[in-house]
Amino acid sequence: MESNAILAVIPHLRRYARAMLSDRAAADDLVQDTLERAWSKFSQLRNGSDMRAWMFGIMHNLRIDQLRRPALVTRPIEDEDFEMPTRPTQTDKLEVRDISTALQQLPDEQREVLLLVALEEMPYSEIATTLGIPIGTVMSRLSRGREKLRILMEGPLPSTKLRVVR
Amino acid sequence: MNKHNITENELHAYVDGQLSTLRDAEVKEYLAAQPEVAERVRAYQSQNLALKALFNPVLDERVPTRLDALVSSPVVEVQALRTRTYLSRWSLMRLAAGVMIAVISGVSGWALHDKFLPAERMAKMQTLPRQAAIAHVVYSPDIRRPVEVGAEQEDQLVSWLSKRLGTPVHPPKLGAMGYELIGGRLLPGNSGPVAQFMYHDASGQRLTLYVSKEITGNSDTAFRFAQEGPVNVFYWIDGQFGYALSAGIAKAELGRVATAVYEQLEHK
Repeated sequence: MESNAILAVIPHLRRYARAMLSDRAAADDLVQDTLERAWSKFSQLRNGSDMRAWMFGIMHNLRIDQLRRPALVTRPIEDEDFEMPTRPTQTDKLEVRDISTALQQLPDEQREVLLLVALEEMPYSEIATTLGIPIGTVMSRLSRGREKLRILMEGPLPSTKLRVVR
Repeated sequence: MNKHNITENELHAYVDGQLSTLRDAEVKEYLAAQPEVAERVRAYQSQNLALKALFNPVLDERVPTRLDALVSSPVVEVQALRTRTYLSRWSLMRLAAGVMIAVISGVSGWALHDKFLPAERMAKMQTLPRQAAIAHVVYSPDIRRPVEVGAEQEDQLVSWLSKRLGTPVHPPKLGAMGYELIGGRLLPGNSGPVAQFMYHDASGQRLTLYVSKEITGNSDTAFRFAQEGPVNVFYWIDGQFGYALSAGIAKAELGRVATAVYEQLEHK
């Protein structure tokens, strides 16, 4: 039963969306949009094709659409505008760094692949199909994403200034 | 050094458990001899674990009703309809999608008698009563300013709304049915302005007529009825116009008013 299959995927879509967007409401909005789109395209789902990959693909495309949509024009704030008092950093090596903060610093395309691998445990070939990219691209994004995350988590603190949020 | 020719890609596949058993063992052997690479691989493995630890709790959260309802409610409809063999699976899904749209806005109890209409037109038909009902629920309880232009300025109201809709619109007279015009307002529709006329009876019961010029195609329809929560809606399409009459009154009474509205619009 297709509907049960969709129901089973919802928690996975929510987990992934939460990790991608790090904003609970925005993530659930994205899931809702995905479900609506999925229903309207249901006839295109071929028998035997994988429901999870199909739904994640829809979510990916929706997100691309959202990102392409022109956003409000904002003026970037210079980092120097907000020189924050810094805390001592000597013990940082011993601390568990906040992986969610580091994750959000990855480029979208790398975060996407990393999350499908780490959370969904998707085979690389399935990720390629889901995102509509060659498998080589999957691997290079995964490799760069992981390395960047590692450096963010283990390397010297890059800066304690507030990051510019656009 | 790398006697097995382990590639970077295979290191990742090792981290993710996507290697064959044989290759997996070879990578292990390679890593044992390469502490620096092994360190990096361990970091990647702990990333996977940390991400799971961070986000897996979402899997156990109760799915918000708005998402759940999106899927579970149409299922009932689909299963109920499945016994009817004259409906293709495709049209079932279209129906389910239509039902789902209703569910999103917190609405249930759709009458699914539209199955012989072309799907696209059906979708339009289904948004009409929903939007009308929402507009009714939003504006009719407004005590101080339920309308933008009151009935005492009916000429102004008519010329204003006609101008904005780009076509003459007149509020029907429902005095004989016990409903007096309060006034009207302009609302945003899907692709342009729509008009809403509001009436009330002696007891203060309010009724709204929603007039949309967003209908394309030219197959007129008979009356249709939809119940959107506490609001009953009669709606129909006449040429390029979609009309929806909404009120929290009994279906039979609303039907009488709708018939009167329809006749007046026919013979204007």
